[in-house]
Amino acid sequence: MAFPHRPDAPELPDFSMLKRLARDQLIYLLEQVTSWKKDLFIEADLMSPLDRIANVSILKRNQHEVDKLYKVENKPALSSSEQLCFLVRPRIKNMRYIASLVNADKVAGRTRKYKVIFSPQKFYACEMVLEEEGIYGDVSCDEWAFSLLPLDVDLLSMELPEFFRDYFLEGDQRWINTVAQALHLLSTLYGPFPNCYGIGRCAKMAYELWRKLEEEEDGETKGRRPEIGHIFLLDRDVDFVTALCSQVVYEGLVDDTFRIKCGSVDFGPEVTSSDKSLKVLLNAEDKVFHEIRNEHFSNVFGFLSQKARNLQAQYDRRRGMDIKQMKNFVSQELKGLKQEHRLLSLHIGACESIMKKKTKQDFQELIKTEHALLEGFNIRESTSYIEEHIDRQVSPIESLRLMCLLSITENGLIPKDYRSLKTQYLQSYGPEHLLTFSNLRRAGLLTEQGPGDTLTAVESKVSKLVTDKAAGKITDAFSSLAKRSNFRAISKKLNLVCGTGMVRGVGGFIPLWSTFLGGNVLERRSWQGLDEVVRLLNCGDFAFTDMTKEDKASSESLRLILVVFLGGCTFSEISALRFLGREKGKREFIFLTTAVTNSARLMEAMSEVKA
Amino acid sequence: TTPGLILFFQSGRRLGTGVRLGLGLRMNRTKGDEEEYWNSSKFKAFTFDDEDDELSQLKESKRAVNSLRDFVDDDDDDDLERVSWTGEPVGSISWSIKETAGNSGSTHEGREQLKSRNSFSSYAQLPKPTSAYSLSSFFRGRTRPGSFQSLSDALSDTPAKSYAPELGRPKGEYRDYSNDWSPSDTVRRLRKGKVLIFLKRTLSKEILFRELEVRQIALRHLIHFLKEIGDQKMLLDLFRFLDRTEELALSHYREHLNIQDPDKRKEFLKTCIGLPFSAEDSAHIQDHYTLLERQIIIEANDRHLESAGQTEIFRKHPRKASILNMPLVTTLFYSCFYHYTEAEGTFSSPVNLKKTFKIPDKQYVLTALAARAKLRAWNDVDALFTTKNWLGYTKKRAPIGFHRVVEILHKNNAPVQILQEYVNLVEDVDTKLNLATKFKCHDVVIDSCRDLKDRQQLLAYRSKVDKGSAEEEKIDALLSSSQIRWKN
Repeated sequence: MAFPHRPDAPELPDFSMLKRLARDQLIYLLEQVTSWKKDLFIEADLMSPLDRIANVSILKRNQHEVDKLYKVENKPALSSSEQLCFLVRPRIKNMRYIASLVNADKVAGRTRKYKVIFSPQKFYACEMVLEEEGIYGDVSCDEWAFSLLPLDVDLLSMELPEFFRDYFLEGDQRWINTVAQALHLLSTLYGPFPNCYGIGRCAKMAYELWRKLEEEEDGETKGRRPEIGHIFLLDRDVDFVTALCSQVVYEGLVDDTFRIKCGSVDFGPEVTSSDKSLKVLLNAEDKVFHEIRNEHFSNVFGFLSQKARNLQAQYDRRRGMDIKQMKNFVSQELKGLKQEHRLLSLHIGACESIMKKKTKQDFQELIKTEHALLEGFNIRESTSYIEEHIDRQVSPIESLRLMCLLSITENGLIPKDYRSLKTQYLQSYGPEHLLTFSNLRRAGLLTEQGPGDTLTAVESKVSKLVTDKAAGKITDAFSSLAKRSNFRAISKKLNLVCGTGMVRGVGGFIPLWSTFLGGNVLERRSWQGLDEVVRLLNCGDFAFTDMTKEDKASSESLRLILVVFLGGCTFSEISALRFLGREKGKREFIFLTTAVTNSARLMEAMSEVKA
Repeated sequence: TTPGLILFFQSGRRLGTGVRLGLGLRMNRTKGDEEEYWNSSKFKAFTFDDEDDELSQLKESKRAVNSLRDFVDDDDDDDLERVSWTGEPVGSISWSIKETAGNSGSTHEGREQLKSRNSFSSYAQLPKPTSAYSLSSFFRGRTRPGSFQSLSDALSDTPAKSYAPELGRPKGEYRDYSNDWSPSDTVRRLRKGKVLIFLKRTLSKEILFRELEVRQIALRHLIHFLKEIGDQKMLLDLFRFLDRTEELALSHYREHLNIQDPDKRKEFLKTCIGLPFSAEDSAHIQDHYTLLERQIIIEANDRHLESAGQTEIFRKHPRKASILNMPLVTTLFYSCFYHYTEAEGTFSSPVNLKKTFKIPDKQYVLTALAARAKLRAWNDVDALFTTKNWLGYTKKRAPIGFHRVVEILHKNNAPVQILQEYVNLVEDVDTKLNLATKFKCHDVVIDSCRDLKDRQQLLAYRSKVDKGSAEEEKIDALLSSSQIRWKN
């Protein structure tokens, strides 16, 4: 059922080093604060990642003397400590919060010391706010470059969900530097990457910036043998379709249904069949989960019932035992069996809960509609399905997702449909979503088909005004408008390119990545043969490869491929690539993503009305 | 294929052919196997539809697992808890923060002692960390002591100079120099926003805007930055300068989200009407204003009615939330629920809403149906679908299709007699039969089988009705009837 352990699989790099590194660095920073007792304020978004690398006793240990921990929230601080330390993301609202605390102290005539630790880095805008609020001289700032959290043996997350909106909607490149720094750290720890590939504008920029960093700190990675042979950088906007589809593999469904946060999930009473909720870590250490995570949901039931039967049989063995055997059984096997039992009942509970929810929302019909959209048939029928979704006020995020899927697969909605769907959407979910539609249009996720020539006129007019080569021929402001998804053509083309029988991925569709990583690019070590696809993806200028001449890479390392997702990836995509690695034999993919995402998170990031 | 595999795949089910590609990751089977698998009729389709069938396997597994529970639960499984997962284990950071929050009261000190003891003991168990300093090479240069560096010092500051050398030049030269920003330089310079902030502070607005107009990336950074710090005035000025009228209008409109007071929000929305939105959006903005205006009136009126306690509907079904700022469809639902019979002249009547906002028939019927079904007002439901022609004959008509009507009624727990009536109105025979079976409208199923002359299906259905029931008798009577010429 699950992937059997393959003796031929290359060994994965030891990523736990990253955890130790981040923890030691934090401790070092805390120790920098003069040895007085201090209270630590932690931003909510940093709490879960922090929990994965440290715990309270570490923070409270003598030398660093953290006294109490607080959450950064809009409330006055009750702390009585002489020193306040803030551990935050570099966000304006955090600066305002800190300013309000400091200024309240000032009014009360109280003197304390304040330290702000930015993670993963500091932005000048934050300092500017501190300056504007008149407290720049009162606080000291530091950076905690904690940007790589190992969520699993093969998955690193930067835990930066805002990357997606900041870059792909606002066009802000602030995080590219963070990505480059993270890649630099990886090459410092695991040796240089002999083969680099990438597709997408952001991928290219991150890559170039990273290269520059390496040059600046020349020598540090020289002479090291590479542990990871290939690195592949991918932009989220090269393939939105895969991310917008419903997920059908177990891990993806668990994420869609319960939301996996920082590698763990909260299973409510309906899953645990008790009155309490359980926080469960989902990774390769959970043996039951490990075997079903990459499987299509329909396969999972069979597996679980087989497991249950096996477990029963193992327990039954104790019936015929004599005392000595029983003693052995209790001391050696019981614990393992009990753990398996707990895990099994948990995942069965989760399956049941998923089934109930999916049945209620007519999942079958939903999947059918998605499939029709991908195949490009029954467009009218799908459109009225979406319409009905909206009219009945089924989840606003779901309706938005389907509209985006329709738009991307059809190269934009025909104007009449666009207008009518938008009107109905605003009527069903609130007029303020006007702003959401404007965002989606800018990001190229939900557009209206326009007569081609009008667009070209606009383009040429704009490009005359523009001298900045960085913006390419057309300006960013219009690029999303001009950017055609060409989904149909690409989908056709790739079937030709790789034939049938390739990895089936998410919801009836081969993830684009699989076709890139499935051999073509990796084997030829170039984008050759995919020129047409790359052009259709509007990535003509942004598909690159870079190979080092001297080949110090061991054959072992050449079987390891690090895939970097800029803007997030879904569990389905990860599953598809895990499968691909095994199918292709002797290969193993490792993942680095700015955040694990899914269709709902993508839509929420675009939504202007925050819940 | 090994026997084990076959066994396994029998328990996995087949998806409808339409979605067969949707099967995510299957075993390493050859293509031939796959075809055989899909085409053989042994395997039933996997659907998320029929709950009972699909869940039975799960239920079975669950029973098996639960039967072991007695054995498993007989001793402490605390150690297990620690082994396998964390339900916010003691010592986690989230746990500690909750503790602090709960602690801010008076029992503070006692607990504090407890906690410090706690942390001390766990400290003793922890291995001494490898020296943090040995790793210092990784964060060399990142922890500059006294890294205060006022932005106004940036001009004389060396790191800043190497970072953005043009800042040190006289303004006159600035333009020439900046012309050769290469793409990667742009990224580097903008990545921390320092250049932009400096320019924003030093250049007059007009010059800044003009410079940025030709640098789209920098421009986008500035726009995002202004949004983030909430400098609405400058943002609007910028859009005005760039002649991006639509963005200007949207930005202005966005501000209404920050206004809580309904009357103030309404007044603000009024200022949005007439801004240079697209024609289509202008209409939406106008509607938004009108909707909130209506909601304020309805809300005031209904709050009064409810507190007076004289109106039956409010007494029986107290309002759960205010209608203010709700979407139009929700407002329509509300008005169908509380104000269904009101004359068109009142603001709160459904018909008035329908006319004012040009709500399509389909949407109106859907919403009214849901509202009246929730109140179990079956007569209203009936009237909703009854049309009279000029001769006075009545006819049933549903713009949303009667299969939807049935589903919505079922969701609202309509009795079988009501459901049956609407199932019968479904035109497509197959759909009708499916719905009737799904919602257990026995008579409809039996009559349909009779009309289809489908003896086999009727026989099969006999097992689904209760033994000795009237339905069973009816089936038996039909099956033994010599009047019907069965097709099978």
